[in-house]
Amino acid sequence: MAGPGRGTGSGDATYRALVRPLLIPSWLVIGILMVLPVALMAVYSFLTKEFRGGVIWDFTLAAYDQFFLDRGLFGDEPPRIEWTYITIFWRSIWQAVLATLLCLLIGFPTAWFIATRPARTRGIWLFLVTIPYWVNLLIRTVSLRFLLRDQGPMNEALMSLGLISSPISIINTNLAVQIGLFYSYLPFMVLPIYAAVERYNFALSEAAADLYASRWATLREIVLPVVKPGIIAGCILVFIPSLGAFLAPDLLGGAKTFMIGSLIDEQFRGSQGNWPFGAAVAMILMTLVLIVLLVYARAQGRAPR
Amino acid sequence: MKGVRHYPGFLPLTILCLVVLYTPLIVVAVYSFNASTSITSWGGFSLRWYGEVFTGREAARFGQAAWNSITIALMAATTATVIATAAALAMVRGGPFRGRQASFALINLPLMVPEIVIAVATLIFFSTIGLRTGYLTILLAHITFCIPFAYLPIAARLEGIEGTYEQAARDLYATRAQAFRLILLPLMMPGVISGWLLAFIISLDDFIITNFVKGAGMETLPTAIFGSVKQGIKPNIMAISTLMLLVSVLFVTAAYLINRKGRQSP
Repeated sequence: MAGPGRGTGSGDATYRALVRPLLIPSWLVIGILMVLPVALMAVYSFLTKEFRGGVIWDFTLAAYDQFFLDRGLFGDEPPRIEWTYITIFWRSIWQAVLATLLCLLIGFPTAWFIATRPARTRGIWLFLVTIPYWVNLLIRTVSLRFLLRDQGPMNEALMSLGLISSPISIINTNLAVQIGLFYSYLPFMVLPIYAAVERYNFALSEAAADLYASRWATLREIVLPVVKPGIIAGCILVFIPSLGAFLAPDLLGGAKTFMIGSLIDEQFRGSQGNWPFGAAVAMILMTLVLIVLLVYARAQGRAPR
Repeated sequence: MKGVRHYPGFLPLTILCLVVLYTPLIVVAVYSFNASTSITSWGGFSLRWYGEVFTGREAARFGQAAWNSITIALMAATTATVIATAAALAMVRGGPFRGRQASFALINLPLMVPEIVIAVATLIFFSTIGLRTGYLTILLAHITFCIPFAYLPIAARLEGIEGTYEQAARDLYATRAQAFRLILLPLMMPGVISGWLLAFIISLDDFIITNFVKGAGMETLPTAIFGSVKQGIKPNIMAISTLMLLVSVLFVTAAYLINRKGRQSP
């Protein structure tokens, strides 16, 4: 990145020292309005809940206890593992993994296809994939719900084509949430893989072909290892928002498709809420995300340059 | 011989990808022109739901929500762009310095943390310092998460401008301030504008964080739409959605064209 003279004002040390303080506003804003709040959220997860929402400043492990342990209806039984919330997490992780794989399955060929177009048309293809990325996720999810409804356009089209005789119910199932996550985050998969394929040196594929490697063997043995950083970046960009998704499970799913996002949201709604518990669930979610990011950073560090 | 770039089946999958991405949006846009009151059957072409958006029963509620959304997006995008431009100058023109990596991570932090976590943390923060949730809290939250979206195109643009331009101006006896105002700022303008446009769209579109910090009685367009959709998708919602879709497409197209034009000129 740092070529000679680039980005340095040609070695003017005074200039460099002059512009560095310009970082201060961004430190202040993000520090006060994001880092501090997250730290405060960690503190809240150890506080006592107040019954009308909010907290009492008494430190306790109650929120985490509620998450992991079942002490019976009156809290006097020997603790057993509480499966309710672990199940919700497990379902969310599973849904996010499936969404990631599905996005990869469609996203990789799309990224490859676009990156191998002539320069003239490549921009247009890329632009077509980028637009949905910038369209309001709420509107996209509502649109999908409209399309998939029992009496919706998709069922009508399938019935008028004679492919099905009665509407298929997709809304309020795990499948609908799955489709929603896949549809929501598909552009997040295509863009980083595209960036990696665009930098790929096709002479490598030609060399493999000269040595009688089949197309698919070349893809598996040469292309995939080289563009792996792009693939991993795409998977992270799909996995993380899928894990904490709120709109897809809320608008497309039902009671049986409850995910982490809905669980957290519920704790902050009205007087039924439990702020410390919500903060604790958010902390556990953030810990999961942090683990994923650390694994990613290590994989990037190991990747051949 | 189609060469090593061709893989059979990749074109159909690409088309499938685009069909998946666009079908729901196109279907809703088409149905927003439906004359029928029922959302299920097609009753011919009509603009009545667009009229309903501006004059109908819910017009005042959505009008107020749209006003909130637009004013917040204008202020949040502008503030975030100023902060991001300053940060980009320091990061790209500041040379190597201690804390550069950490600053980069900090600026991009809003992209790394799941939205729902940011939402919870921000609500807790405002509640602790005793700031009543409402217009101001939405604005503050939006400024924060807009910063990385404005930062990325600005920094990318700035990295493509060699220091020699400013150096030449300095050699011709321009002061540092003049070199910045007359040379660097015009050159980085395309990046600044596309950063602003993207930040504006991101602010206009946000639902999850806004929903947490908006407080009772305060609505932006997405939260108003969400509230309505909970009672079923009505045709006027489809008209509003189509209008918002159009705004997004226009803004992103503008950002794309400005960035491309800027890339060709210097």
